[in-house]
Amino acid sequence: MTEFSLWDIVRNLLLATRWTVLLSLVSFIGGGLVATLLLFMRIGRRRVFQFIAKYYVELFQGTPLLMQLFLAFFGLGLFGVDVPAWLAAGFALILWSAAFLAEIWRGCVQSVAKGQWEASASLGMGYVQQMRYVVIPQALKIAVPPTVGFSVQIVKGTALTSIIGFVELSKAGTIVTNATFQPFTVYGLVALIYFALCWPLSKCSQILERKLNVAHRSH
Amino acid sequence: MSLIEVTEVRKRFGSNEVLKGINIDIDPGEVIAIIGKSGSGKSTLLRCINGLEMIDDGSIAVAGAQLLPDELHLKALRLKVGMIFQQFNLFPHLTAGGNVMLSQMVVKKTPKAAAEAMARKMLERVGLAHKYDAFPDELSGGQQQRVAIARALAMQPIALLCDEITSALDPELVAEVLAVVRELASEGMTLLMVTHEMKFARDVCSRVVFMHEGRVHEIGKPEDVFANPKTPELKQFLGVH
Repeated sequence: MTEFSLWDIVRNLLLATRWTVLLSLVSFIGGGLVATLLLFMRIGRRRVFQFIAKYYVELFQGTPLLMQLFLAFFGLGLFGVDVPAWLAAGFALILWSAAFLAEIWRGCVQSVAKGQWEASASLGMGYVQQMRYVVIPQALKIAVPPTVGFSVQIVKGTALTSIIGFVELSKAGTIVTNATFQPFTVYGLVALIYFALCWPLSKCSQILERKLNVAHRSH
Repeated sequence: MSLIEVTEVRKRFGSNEVLKGINIDIDPGEVIAIIGKSGSGKSTLLRCINGLEMIDDGSIAVAGAQLLPDELHLKALRLKVGMIFQQFNLFPHLTAGGNVMLSQMVVKKTPKAAAEAMARKMLERVGLAHKYDAFPDELSGGQQQRVAIARALAMQPIALLCDEITSALDPELVAEVLAVVRELASEGMTLLMVTHEMKFARDVCSRVVFMHEGRVHEIGKPEDVFANPKTPELKQFLGVH
């Protein structure tokens, strides 16, 4: 029987961490793009789009991410499309994070004081100009800390993709455990690596919150 | 011909009728104070004239620009009449100068250099040339309100609406804002202001409108309205018996 050194374990886990990081980045960036689209549908003035965006968000917030992964992975298979695990994982995580980011950002846009809308309107600005020059710049500032905060959720969310067989950090943990029979060591290391990814993001969110001084600059 | 024509204006919020048929015609250069209890509809009337509220009946026109609910008509109306708010509503992410420049560049498509020159001129006019680069949260309430006035003036409106513009200010800051308004009045700007500053209304205004329960209850020259209130409601409001 082969003996595994601690370094063997760590090395394999770190290799798999690349996929966790990549999947997180793809989900965050892709989710951000979809969320931007959803946001403008939601805060725009076309009723149909508002409706679609609203129910999209409710649907994705109201179902477990795991079910969304299953549906993406097995659902498309029903139509004869063979979906590889990485594609289903990326696809589901993008749609999932889009829903949450859109909702976070909508809150930020709506938290811009009503007086800002009125003042810009009274100066003759149209809806698009108000958004572009007055509301969005203020909302962006408010949005930075919760958006960075949510990226932590995305990193942790990628762990679920191990269930549909995508080999990222958690799945690698399971594989290594099966080979080494050292579950406590391995999962302990897995947890440590997640922590090393997430903690700086949380800290970053806190620092940004203080720096942008959201509570005091809002008036 | 009147500059601002308010004809039979009615406005409802749900089942609550706030304006019950308002008629006021304002000539160019007039300074008008609207007084009355809270809930009498005075702020609502002002907001209607700027198109921040839509009216249910009647008509409002400022120098020929009608109040109609589409963006094009609203813009035309708002270019003629500026508005100053109780809460200043400066854009917190822009400097004083940026606040005054923005709408010129975005709405009127004024080139940046010209907008900046105008911004400096208007800030100078309200006595804040030295605060050009200051952000709103670095300014006192009185200074913020003066920037707001400069911002409205930079759009070169023919009339200004002032909605209780000194009500959110500490007493010692009221004077500096009123001084600016007084100067505007003396330069011939048409002003329509909702105010609780009775002394100011008496000194500066050409007419005073007393509103009560959604109607113009009394209207006249300040010396008449303040010295000889005709209705018991105005007497009670002014505290004379």
